[in-house]
Amino acid sequence: MTALSLALADTTTMLRRDARHAVRFPMVTISGLLVPVLFLLLFDGVFGHTLRAGLGGAVSGGYINYVLPGILVMAAASVAESTALGVNADMGEGIIARFRTMAIWRPSVLAGPVTGSVVRTLITGAAVCLFALALGFSPNANALDWLAAIGLFALLGMALSWLTVAFGLLAKTPAGANSLSLILLVLPFVSSAFVPTAAMPAGVRAFAEYQPFTSIIDTFRSLLTGTPMGHHDILAIAWCVGIAVVGSLWAVKLYNRDSPVAS
Amino acid sequence: MENHAPQPTPKDGAPQLAVHAVGLTKSFGSRAALAGLDLAVPEGSVTALIGPNGSGKTTTVRILATLLAPDAGRATVFGHDVVEEPGAVRAAIGVTGQFSAVDKLLTGRENFALMAGLHHLRRAVALERTAANLERFELIEAADRPVITYSGGMRRRLDLAMTLMGDPRIVFLDEPTTGLDPRGRQVLWRIAGDLVTDGVTVLLTTQYLEEADRLADRVALIDRGVLVAEGTPSELKKRALGGRIRLHFADVDALAAAAVEFDRAARNEDDLSLELASDGSVAGIRDVLDRLESHGIKPESLSAQPPDLDDVFFALTGGPKPSGANLMAEGQ
Repeated sequence: MTALSLALADTTTMLRRDARHAVRFPMVTISGLLVPVLFLLLFDGVFGHTLRAGLGGAVSGGYINYVLPGILVMAAASVAESTALGVNADMGEGIIARFRTMAIWRPSVLAGPVTGSVVRTLITGAAVCLFALALGFSPNANALDWLAAIGLFALLGMALSWLTVAFGLLAKTPAGANSLSLILLVLPFVSSAFVPTAAMPAGVRAFAEYQPFTSIIDTFRSLLTGTPMGHHDILAIAWCVGIAVVGSLWAVKLYNRDSPVAS
Repeated sequence: MENHAPQPTPKDGAPQLAVHAVGLTKSFGSRAALAGLDLAVPEGSVTALIGPNGSGKTTTVRILATLLAPDAGRATVFGHDVVEEPGAVRAAIGVTGQFSAVDKLLTGRENFALMAGLHHLRRAVALERTAANLERFELIEAADRPVITYSGGMRRRLDLAMTLMGDPRIVFLDEPTTGLDPRGRQVLWRIAGDLVTDGVTVLLTTQYLEEADRLADRVALIDRGVLVAEGTPSELKKRALGGRIRLHFADVDALAAAAVEFDRAARNEDDLSLELASDGSVAGIRDVLDRLESHGIKPESLSAQPPDLDDVFFALTGGPKPSGANLMAEGQ
């Protein structure tokens, strides 16, 4: 068996394990959906009217058209958070020690949950979009735009999942894994998710403009509602790839730390 | 994997060594778990690694299972160095530890499927082995229930069955019956016995000397991280000489006085008895009685017991027998 087919076979087996867990305990998937749906209701129904007035004529349609891309990023972060919890709990199980003594592709122990997390991210994103459409979201996107948005969303899901898997391995307790992942849910507030960065005080604005979520959110916004793209797409892809590479290398390193006989 | 390390050459006619460890050391902080352990496990044998709590049994298994790197020394499994070629070692071994290495959220059958997938078994082989293991390990009725509903004994059986899905050449059983009730222990012993018939090498760690006596054809006794004695159970029993003398006393004072005189003896306050190692000779018994007499201590009764592996502990470690030995006696 070649190294690549071994890696694929073992990751598929680990994905199957992850899927069985997800089906047996659907609350994990449902709780990942809860955060974005609540934020959507909150920002569209409660703050939406006032925030829309503040945006003026810069955007078209209701506030939900402006806020949905940010909610989608929060959906990906929320799913990734549940993945961190799952991995953290899993690492304490005896089965992980067994995996370490087997002649398998070692990163599959992590790549399985990450792949499962990407699938849950896509399902959650689809549910959020359907919910938003019911609330009056009016996209201005052709099939190609949607396809590009789905592709970027999957890439974002993978990047955040690798990062939170590393969080899950780093933290000693589920609570610790949760706190670390919370950063990802807080960061969108200091981005273009809810109000344009131009409306922020100078110091905050500099951070908001250059942090990864802003370019990712602006790319979704451009694809789905037709706002100008600029260089957002290139930056968004670069950030996602960068986070995925750093996250996966970090996660594998942390996994091997606990048993120094690697390879 | 092709880069074969110099392999311990077996003597003519002697079986190849499944495990060969030389001078293994491992410290955790300032505590030395292994202090230069040597170990040889012949292929096809059941070797029991026995020793008191904290003597380094589990550390040894973790090093051989590629879970830990030794600080010094080297170990090979079927000629493959555990640090240099962990992949080749992992392909040859199966490990069942003290803590259930099963996926509690999956059913028994799904756990088997997981192992079959990771061993890249063809579907027909996977189904065949799953069916055979479910039957052999008495798990047929529980096959489609989540493992979280299993009893401790069922989990341990599933654990060992999963280990066997990969058809390992050597199985490490780290305290396989700790915490099991007598019935669970019997089932596990029967299965371990079957393994040998199938030609699998077994390295077993246990605190239960009876377990070693019953299952193992070779015993390696370790104490404080070094090998103290090695051989067949009967060879070791010979080294323990004559077994034990058990003295019963009428009251605590007499027991205490005798315990001062024989400070290496095991004292039991509950039945007012004292157990000493003996060389089995009449002169030895007389000597004990003379020493008691000269101090004015009168035992109520005396019994002499033939040697068992407990005595190997007495004779070779100079300390009390491992705590598990008493549990075992109660379990029977």
